[in-house]
Amino acid sequence: MKIIVCVKHVPDATADRAFAQDGTTDRASVDSLLSELDEYAVEQALRIAESDTDADTEISYLTVGPDHAKDALRKALAMGGDSAIHVNDDDIAGSDAFGTSLVLARAIERHGFDLVLCGMASTDGTMGVVPALLAERLGVRGVTHLEELTVENGTVTGRREGDGATVRIEGALPAVVSVTDRSGDARYPSFKGIMAAKKKPLETLDLADLGIDAPHVGRAGARSAVDTATRRPPRTKGEIVVDEGAGGAGLAAFLTAKKFI
Amino acid sequence: MAEILVLVDHTDGVVRKPTLELLTLACRLGDPSAVFLGPDAGAATETLGRFGARRIYVVDAPEVDEYLVTPTVDALTQIAGRTGPAAILLPSGPDGNEIAARVALRLDSGLITDAVDIIAGPGGPVTEQSAFAATHQVTAHVTRGVPVITVKPNATAPEAAPAEPVIDKQDIVFAPASAGVRILSRTRRERSDRPELPEADIVVSGGRGVNGAENFALVERVADALGGAVGASRAAVDAGWYPHSHQVGQTGTQVSPQLYLAAGISGAIQHRAGMQTSRTIVAVNKDPDAPIFELADHGVVGDLFAVLPQLVDEIERRRS
Ligand SMILES: Cc1cc2nc3c(=O)[nH]c(=O)nc-3n(C[C@H](O)[C@H](O)[C@H](O)COP(=O)(O)OP(=O)(O)OC[C@H]3O[C@@H](n4cnc5c(N)ncnc54)[C@H](O)[C@@H]3O)c2cc1C
Ligand SMILES: Nc1ncnc2c1ncn2[C@@H]1O[C@H](COP(=O)(O)O)[C@@H](O)[C@H]1O
Repeated sequence: MKIIVCVKHVPDATADRAFAQDGTTDRASVDSLLSELDEYAVEQALRIAESDTDADTEISYLTVGPDHAKDALRKALAMGGDSAIHVNDDDIAGSDAFGTSLVLARAIERHGFDLVLCGMASTDGTMGVVPALLAERLGVRGVTHLEELTVENGTVTGRREGDGATVRIEGALPAVVSVTDRSGDARYPSFKGIMAAKKKPLETLDLADLGIDAPHVGRAGARSAVDTATRRPPRTKGEIVVDEGAGGAGLAAFLTAKKFI
Repeated sequence: MAEILVLVDHTDGVVRKPTLELLTLACRLGDPSAVFLGPDAGAATETLGRFGARRIYVVDAPEVDEYLVTPTVDALTQIAGRTGPAAILLPSGPDGNEIAARVALRLDSGLITDAVDIIAGPGGPVTEQSAFAATHQVTAHVTRGVPVITVKPNATAPEAAPAEPVIDKQDIVFAPASAGVRILSRTRRERSDRPELPEADIVVSGGRGVNGAENFALVERVADALGGAVGASRAAVDAGWYPHSHQVGQTGTQVSPQLYLAAGISGAIQHRAGMQTSRTIVAVNKDPDAPIFELADHGVVGDLFAVLPQLVDEIERRRS
């Protein structure tokens, strides 16, 4: 079975992130790393491979991004898996989810796949729509936000917390699946894993390799435009009182003044 | 005026409040038409009309309940193809965003997710969104095709705009069954008498400081005294003290109520991402250096087991 895990290199969510002049994410001022939420997808791929009795599961990681995005692939490879693909082309800069999903889909088709695994959302864009767009573009089943995932005999089963209900689902491979941060804790790379990752094959592709014309991706292909991006004024810190026996009553007085009581 | 399609979110015909907000936003952009999937459209007609729906497209087919997401995508895409709307609005959320993305791709249109406001601009709808854990505000517009926009709960207050909706039954050609992900079972979450978390005006949340499932009764008492919903941090949810459907934050529900009360929550960036656009924030935490206090309009440094019971007593005293 061929598994491809889509991993994204994103600005550190715990740092002070900002927008660049052109309204795209500023990737220069903040350190980037493998999106935390994609580690859960890597983990699920590794567990599927470990439980595969035929032991013929092959895991490849795929990222679309600039030079540094390779670091996300190396981190994933250090956790386990076999190989990686980096799609890097200046014309991809500024892509929206449609452009990104087009590049990912072409790279996935070129490599071949039974299962594509994604994180539930990227921690910078947080749209959480790339997995659905991939399913649509690849013309295969798609199921997002799984909290529990099993792959057996060519069938995916899982549990999903939908709006208002918990659903159990089933679908045959090939499929695109995204998993949440509740699907199972991601492992840490071991020292041995980090060393081994350096020797695993990493292929770099550009748009020409994928037969994609530049106007379909990047800023040129984007289907929406940012008009303004501004920092919200920081919240002004209010009154902080130390409870010396009347903290609850003081809070009630504040809530009354604000007309909540 | 231009037609605006609004996907109705409902349970057995009971329309949820965010749909009414969508109708109100749609009235700013043109004439709203509701798209209702399921057998209970009759129960929803009056409500949808009251908030401005001129027309209700009804799709009553078994596929809608048998498969995940794709039947709704088929329906919306085909109705949009027949009617040529000026925009399509859907509720935000895992399902809404996914449906919106697939519809936009099929219509060769642009998509904006998780808008917190929409106004009519000269070239179509202009949206406002929050970014980077709600530290930034972005305005944007769709540049291609029919704008497809998902909108977060509480983006606006629903305003009555009475209309007599025309019921318009639509036949949909669903993709072959083999294309879908089959639903094996569906367990509805028990509905409590409290408001639902995403749309509540007041949210009272507990974190690791609540220290046990049984102690969440105290958080519930505060929520009930204020007429609010109960939220929880991921730490409290992961510990099994409260159901995941109540998690507030980056990977839980993102709320934007009038009042957010955080008890025993430190205020990690992932938690803040889900609550820092709340109008008023109050916090109870025994650590004076807890980051949650940086956001708080009123903070109490103290033990929540002393502060919250006194708060409830005081609310009851002030009310009587
Ligand atoms: C990928 C990812 C996604 C995440 N998504 C979310 C998310 O969606 N939502 C979320 O909440 N977190 C999320 N987190 C987790 C987040 O980083 C924090 O770990 C979590 O929010 C901490 O919860 P807490 O504040 O309840 O616990 P803690 O950080 O342990 O804080 C507990 C607080 O309670 C106070 N306290 C203890 N006892 C008392 C008492 N008796 N009275 C008063 N105060 C007391 C302490 O002083 C402390 O400040 C995510 C993390 C990751 C990595
Ligand atoms: N540039 C990218 N490279 C690789 N995978 C991506 C990229 N963008 C998004 N993904 C995948 O799609 C998921 C959802 O992303 P998003 O729709 O951007 O929130 C992520 O968790 C990744 O698995």
